[in-house]
Amino acid sequence: MSMTVFPSKTGAKDFAGALLDSAAATPDGIVGPDGKAAPKRFNVYRNNVVVSLCEALGQIYPAVKTLLGDEYFNAVARAFVTRHPPQSPVLIWYGGAFAAFIEEFPPLEAYPYLVDVARAEWSWLQAYHAADAAPMDPALLGALDPEKVGEARLEKHPAALLVRSDWPVLDLLRANRFFPEDAVAVDLSLSQSVLITRPDLDVEIRLPYPGGAVFIEALFEGFALAEAAGKAQSQCAEFSLSDCLSDCLSSGAFTGLTAGRE
Amino acid sequence: MKNKAMSAAIVAGAVATAVAGLAASVPAHAQAKEKCYGVSLKGQNDCKAGPGTTCAGTSTVDYQGNAWTLVPKGTCTTMKLPGDRHGSLTELKRDLPEA
Repeated sequence: MSMTVFPSKTGAKDFAGALLDSAAATPDGIVGPDGKAAPKRFNVYRNNVVVSLCEALGQIYPAVKTLLGDEYFNAVARAFVTRHPPQSPVLIWYGGAFAAFIEEFPPLEAYPYLVDVARAEWSWLQAYHAADAAPMDPALLGALDPEKVGEARLEKHPAALLVRSDWPVLDLLRANRFFPEDAVAVDLSLSQSVLITRPDLDVEIRLPYPGGAVFIEALFEGFALAEAAGKAQSQCAEFSLSDCLSDCLSSGAFTGLTAGRE
Repeated sequence: MKNKAMSAAIVAGAVATAVAGLAASVPAHAQAKEKCYGVSLKGQNDCKAGPGTTCAGTSTVDYQGNAWTLVPKGTCTTMKLPGDRHGSLTELKRDLPEA
């Protein structure tokens, strides 16, 4: 489609503003091949801008889309896109503010779990695009002096993310994104924080053992092993360090460690 | 309430248990993977580009020759498929969608 824009600075500003406001007049300088103003062409163009961004959001947040239904999701997406246009030409970075937008969107106040599902789906995408790194060899930890092993600090893998939630985020994702055929039962009284990792090429989501979320969060914040374990134990009587550590190591949540001082 | 660190002896014991348990099984990520063309069912192909720019899940015929999926390294060309097909490390001309 040929469409000529004469980019004066004011014209470019009008153009950007009119793209997101379907009621705005066609900016000056937009003409067809015949040299006449081309409002219909411009309407097609600006509709494509918004629709393609809504489609991108639908692909980033498939579980939210399933939970809301296509029609409702597209309406919310359209509202988001017109208020939060891309700040970068890189599409993989678009849409991170969607969870916060849903949280502040009054009609969805009664569905607070949607916010956490959106946060988890955004984290999934960040894990997907994070730098590749080899997970830590568990033997590194085994080789430390047993007296000092509690002082070790683990280095977070670039693709490892923890999503804390008071809602059954994992079951909501399974039912609405990963296993829609399986009739996964979702009990909204459950709290599920999830650990998201990408040890190799595939993103993995897992439910930490009891106390594991506190433990992993503390390790991500840079606390030493014994400190992180102490925090988890004080908040969760069922905390098992060996189970949680085994989970952290096998999921590829860490790349290496810093030993305590000699 | 102040959090007390876990005692060195308990930590050391738990670390030993965890490390010993993991040594027994080779983690899945230790296996290298390779791109394998012509083996994925329609709509099931992988794509590195990801959502928003995605071509994942866009193949339209089973075993489409120019669509790839990730498989454990070394298994691509030996994989047996219906109709005497085999996977390939390079794009294939067979089973392309009709233009």
